[in-house]
Amino acid sequence: MAGLTKSEFANPVINWIDTRLPIFTMLQKEYGVFPTPKNFNYFWNFGALAMVCLAIMIITGIFLAMNYQPNTELAFNSIQHIMRDVNYGWLLRYVHQNGASMFFIVTYIHIFRGLYYGSYKTPRELLWMLGVVILLVMMATAFMGYVLPWGQMSYWGATVITNLFSAFPVVGPKIVTLLWGGFSVDNPTLNRFFALHYLLPFVLVGVVFLHIAALHITGSNNPLGIDVKSPQDTLPFHPYYTIKDSVGICVFLIVWAIFVFFVPHTLGDPNNFIPANPLQTPADIVPEWYFLPYYAILRSVPNKLLGVCMMFGSLIVLFVLPWLDTSRVRSARFRPIYRQLIWVWVLSFVVLGYCGMHKPEGIYVVLSRVATLYYFLHFLVILPILGKLERPLPLPESISQPVLRGRGGGPLPGSATAKPMEKA
Amino acid sequence: MADSSAAAAHHAAPGHGPSGDVTKRDLLQLIATAGAVIGAGAIAWPLIDSMNPSKDVLALSSVDVDLAPVIEGQGITIVWQGKPIFVRHRTAAEIKEAQDTPLGQLIQPQADSARVKAGHDQWIILVGICTHLGCVPLGNKPSDPRGDYGGWFCPCHGSQYDTSGRVRHGPAPANLALPPYAFESDTKIKVG
Repeated sequence: MAGLTKSEFANPVINWIDTRLPIFTMLQKEYGVFPTPKNFNYFWNFGALAMVCLAIMIITGIFLAMNYQPNTELAFNSIQHIMRDVNYGWLLRYVHQNGASMFFIVTYIHIFRGLYYGSYKTPRELLWMLGVVILLVMMATAFMGYVLPWGQMSYWGATVITNLFSAFPVVGPKIVTLLWGGFSVDNPTLNRFFALHYLLPFVLVGVVFLHIAALHITGSNNPLGIDVKSPQDTLPFHPYYTIKDSVGICVFLIVWAIFVFFVPHTLGDPNNFIPANPLQTPADIVPEWYFLPYYAILRSVPNKLLGVCMMFGSLIVLFVLPWLDTSRVRSARFRPIYRQLIWVWVLSFVVLGYCGMHKPEGIYVVLSRVATLYYFLHFLVILPILGKLERPLPLPESISQPVLRGRGGGPLPGSATAKPMEKA
Repeated sequence: MADSSAAAAHHAAPGHGPSGDVTKRDLLQLIATAGAVIGAGAIAWPLIDSMNPSKDVLALSSVDVDLAPVIEGQGITIVWQGKPIFVRHRTAAEIKEAQDTPLGQLIQPQADSARVKAGHDQWIILVGICTHLGCVPLGNKPSDPRGDYGGWFCPCHGSQYDTSGRVRHGPAPANLALPPYAFESDTKIKVG
């Protein structure tokens, strides 16, 4: 439908633009008055935090790329050049390097929020699946970014991860040669990884846009997991949640800054201070912490192909989670058994991460196998059955109701309870 | 941000008085905005400054040149800050020609003595970049075309320079620039 927009903005310049391209009206609708459930807790900050991460990573990354050389002869030294010679290069690099960890911690908490409060359930299945796509693209981006400094861990990480594809029968080795552009990880590999590491964040921006577009169709979930019943259950996004997000962003940036300015190498591996040597594998090959749980799943399976499939499967299973969980109650708050089992799942994820740090010997083999077993049991067996067996607690009638009646609020002045308030 | 729109103005906060009144909230808003602007500037500066010359580039800011091997009539080209620097050992005839040129004939009048170091008349040191559009003029090698004035000739648009590096024929608007340099001994200079 063609036609000019009738803009309500008083400023003549904004009005002129808005009439022709209603971005201001859109912003006002989606981020100004957008009706948002009024009972968010701080778990609902983490989507915004992830966006902040993405923006900071892209900006610092662009400036780093201006000084980086994607060539096996030059890459390692160009990083040292950035650290020593480029003005504020150390700052850009530490922000970017630690930013990867910050991005993952924020994203993992964001995903946990979704799992705990049932944000993946109807009608938000597609929103959730777009989120899983974001996670996968993020992982690919992080992996390729880690290769760029061309240290020992970069090189051997790249070798191990690309070799995962060799597990597939018949075509496996051909795929690996294709990924490498040669017969080992070498200059062509580094070149394409740099090209893709620069490209994928912008793909992420696109998928994040779809993620948010879908969110603004379904509306946000909330800690009670029940639908918004009336305008009384909501607040305009601005200023209520712009402020709440700002508080979270400030705290988050402080944490990030502590890593950047005081312990910039704590999350990294000392082996990456050694230039890549294709003839010598370091004694301990360990991925970055955010990949450890998947790495542990891979190593817990004695069969090569099966291990690779389980590792990828641990992520792919998230795509079908909305259909595996048969319970119609979203929030774990009203699911007495799920509320405990989700923590068992978190424990299995943490145990996997812990096992991933250690050599697969003795107790760590047993632990990682048990944790892997529970990881999959939780999704594939427990969730489908639990939905049928579990007796959920009674749900509140509306988001407002427990606030007004139950939780120590006492009687409210007037009779605000059931009267629909006037709100934009 | 929302306060800049009419739509949001309807939600105007209760702290606001009738239009025109300055309230405590306006002050807080100004302080918050100013804080955000300062913060944004503090974040932007490292990003912008990272594009300035890095320390290794700045370290190349001076070059030592040994003049001993350059015989009379010969010119050499050295690199300083990525730019060609012409070092020419002028013959007595070339020096005389440069010194005797009446300033009135010049596009940018400048005496030859102002373009060489006192006592080192035979050495003319120039930034070898045409002042028109940045090409490198020919003429440093004796076999190059040197134009009508025996100095340098720019192949791009035909500008001509004399033996003092002064422009004698357009389109170049100015004489060849002089790099900062000093004689460390009679046969050694430091450029930069």
